Amino acid sequence: MLVISCIKQVPDTTQVKIDPVTNTLIRDGIPFIINPYDSHALEESLRLKDRYNMRTVALSMGPPNTVATLRKACALGVDEAILLSDRCFGGADTLATSKVLSAAIERLDRQEQVGIVFCGKQTIDGDTAQVGPGIASRLGFSQLTLVDRIESIDFLHKTIRVRRKLEGRHEIVEAPLPVMITVVRELNRPRYPTVPMRIESQETEIKVWDNSVLELDVETVGLKGSPTWVSKIFSPERDQGEIIGDGIADPVGTANLLIDRLLGKDLLAV
Amino acid sequence: MSIHQAVFTAIFAVSVLSFMFSCYRRLQLVAIGVPENRFDNPFGRLLGMFNYAFAQKRVLSRPYGFNHFMLFWAFMLLLVANGEFLLEGLIPGVNLALLPQPLYHALQLLFDLVSVAALVSVLVALARRLLFPPEYLGNDYTRPASGEALLILAMIATLMGAFFLLNGAHIALGQSGSWRPVSAAIAAIIDGLPAAVLEGVAVAAWWLHALVLLLFMNFLPRSKHMHILTAIPNCYFKNLAKPNVQSRETFEKGERYGVSSVEQYSWKDLFDSLTCTECGRCQDLCPAHNTGKPLNPRRIVHDIKVNLLKNGPALKDGRTGLTSLIGEPAEGTIGEDALWSCTTCGSCTSVCPVLIEQMPKIVKMRRHLVQEKSQFPEELLNLFENMEQRGNPWGIAPSERTKWSSQLGERGFKPGESEYLFFVGCAGAFDSRNKHVTVALATILDAAGVSWGMLGKEEQCCGDSVRRLGNEYVFDKMARENVALFKEKGVSKIVTHCPHCFSTLKNDYRQYGLEIEVLHHSQMIAQLVESGRLKPARLPKLGNVIFHDSCYLGRHNDTYQAPRAVLKSVLGKAPGEFGRNRENGFCCGAGGGRMWMEEHSGTRINLERVKEAMNGKLPDTLCVSCPYCMTMMEDGLKDLGAADVIRVRDIAEVMAEGIS
Repeated sequence: MLVISCIKQVPDTTQVKIDPVTNTLIRDGIPFIINPYDSHALEESLRLKDRYNMRTVALSMGPPNTVATLRKACALGVDEAILLSDRCFGGADTLATSKVLSAAIERLDRQEQVGIVFCGKQTIDGDTAQVGPGIASRLGFSQLTLVDRIESIDFLHKTIRVRRKLEGRHEIVEAPLPVMITVVRELNRPRYPTVPMRIESQETEIKVWDNSVLELDVETVGLKGSPTWVSKIFSPERDQGEIIGDGIADPVGTANLLIDRLLGKDLLAV
Repeated sequence: MSIHQAVFTAIFAVSVLSFMFSCYRRLQLVAIGVPENRFDNPFGRLLGMFNYAFAQKRVLSRPYGFNHFMLFWAFMLLLVANGEFLLEGLIPGVNLALLPQPLYHALQLLFDLVSVAALVSVLVALARRLLFPPEYLGNDYTRPASGEALLILAMIATLMGAFFLLNGAHIALGQSGSWRPVSAAIAAIIDGLPAAVLEGVAVAAWWLHALVLLLFMNFLPRSKHMHILTAIPNCYFKNLAKPNVQSRETFEKGERYGVSSVEQYSWKDLFDSLTCTECGRCQDLCPAHNTGKPLNPRRIVHDIKVNLLKNGPALKDGRTGLTSLIGEPAEGTIGEDALWSCTTCGSCTSVCPVLIEQMPKIVKMRRHLVQEKSQFPEELLNLFENMEQRGNPWGIAPSERTKWSSQLGERGFKPGESEYLFFVGCAGAFDSRNKHVTVALATILDAAGVSWGMLGKEEQCCGDSVRRLGNEYVFDKMARENVALFKEKGVSKIVTHCPHCFSTLKNDYRQYGLEIEVLHHSQMIAQLVESGRLKPARLPKLGNVIFHDSCYLGRHNDTYQAPRAVLKSVLGKAPGEFGRNRENGFCCGAGGGRMWMEEHSGTRINLERVKEAMNGKLPDTLCVSCPYCMTMMEDGLKDLGAADVIRVRDIAEVMAEGIS
């Protein structure tokens, strides 16, 4: 049974700034990283490999330089890494992205039955949290989002039991395989690659599937297949702050001033 | 040939063969280590050997060392006497009496006196071990009065006793002259005995001396007293470079990384393990051991030796050893916690009388754990990823590096124009407290008219922590990138206020072809004061000042005077000292990557150091010269609730105040 982790290469958003004039992301010289949530998805797929000897595949859609991120996945121990890359896939929104990823998963499923697809709960650049659920819907897989623990897998009856992390509570649910799971950070602690694995991964072949492999209708993928358009990106304007009191000369008085001010704005519970 | 002579010749031959076989077996074990060139610069090596082995430079640095010095030289001189003894046993009549009379008499006198000295030394050593042993002689696997130590001392005492008895009997029988005053005194006591008894005493003393001597010789390779044979060559083969500069590794397919089994150590590492005398000085100084951590540098070397003795024979034949080197702590197996406790402060390597390099052995094992097993304390995962992704330990965006200089305007390094590259360092750029030191140093450089610039967001961590933590792969990448950047910018002089950057850029980067002037700010400021370019004019209100040595500035780079000179130039008098200072300074606890790890066991190293500062006259200001020390000392004072009583200041802040 195959375990797939879908990973995305994203710009290191802590380093991304928005150009105040054009309102676009300044991406020049910003390093790419693996989407942090996806690194937990990848880790969980590797843990299943370690535990149940399941074959793992890392899947990513992106421009050719995404190979670097997939190589890191190889250094961590995935059995196979596949890049879905084609000019016609570019500019995709979540709908078009999930279409390409689903097509690739279907293709893999024809060779070996796919049991679990792991995705990060969302990416740190788009923050939509829609691609994972999109894949589940398209493929008709069970959909388990925000998972922070795999409770058990019953291979005989083909079911999985997981814990979901919701606001203020946990939920334990069971679903039939195959399943698409989106994961939160609490699920696991990603491993660190060993040097021999890093060096070996330099030579690992990263398969690239373009549309000649997936054979999708070009009108349904990439920019053309994306009903969502980003019309504008901007930094929200913030009101200018102010300095109240003198924290060094009168710390207690200043703290009281601050409390009064916050109460006045109804920002503190009495 | 007399029966006596025949029996002795046979015993002698067996003893020598057995001794040589034991030595050969030990050397064979050493030979399973990987090659390492310790044969260059023979003159420098001989000089080192003279200083450390024959002049006992480090042994003498502690008062008790004099006793060892006496014993050592008594041994050296008595080698001649014992050589004569053995030779005469084999070929009667061949002895020193064949020499010119005055010389023979002088030697007789010398041997007699030296034997007394040896006997006294042995008695002092015995009393020390039995009556007033220093704490560091014992530990969890041995006691000061261990059977082995007592046996060796008893053997030496017996040898001396037999020597006097033998010569005393000879004198009483009129077979020897009176150039042996101590033996003559013995002779006076036994003079009244019948000649036959005296003959018997002489024979008994001779055989006692002979047998104990041969036994002693055979005991050496099988005990910690192997050092008698290995200490002198060990000093010859000392590391001529800085022991803290770990060797490079090559990152190619099929390579192994670090050490997980003794045969991966270099032959010198293994030779070190056979040389350890168990004197306990490293244990005495180690900050980890002193605060209840599972690390004891002496135990590391001991366990490597035990492991070598257990596994060596199998490894020698190409099989694998059964005792793992790293694992659940046991005789011959070192626990991972011990390895992660090391602050790489270098006190063990700088105190060892026979120049054993304990700390580099720890780093080699860390290399294995990090690079082959990805097994390390979980706090380090963030550190490693931050270093790789953002080039600094905190993972802060590189664009934030220049925030501290917003008041200064554009201060980028201009190739061909800026004289010094101010390597700000990660702590100096990102840590809010240490940013004040960065500003202070910039102020000082400007006041002295030094032309400087910085790399801004192009600057990357020097990689010190990752190298000491054993992540050589990441260090290698950072070092190559940094050196390439320095060369591209035409950097020829660097100043930095972090001793870790300083030591890494200056010493470690030599391995990457960077051989330029690197100054720690203490050296730079001291030079500026000396040349008159900086004139402290104001006495800052600092009260009583005490100075804490940074390990990477002091022990690792022998820079003790510069920071003190800086403080003296501002304060008008030398700063106060900790009880443990300079070579004996006590780490703040942050070196070796410990800055980024929790202290789970024992007490906190920084608390121990801060308490030491408060031991005597309470200081008002604790001066440091390192960003890590700054953080650790401030945190320690906060923990003790003394942050308002004692302030921590960097020497640059003191100077900046002195010139404002």
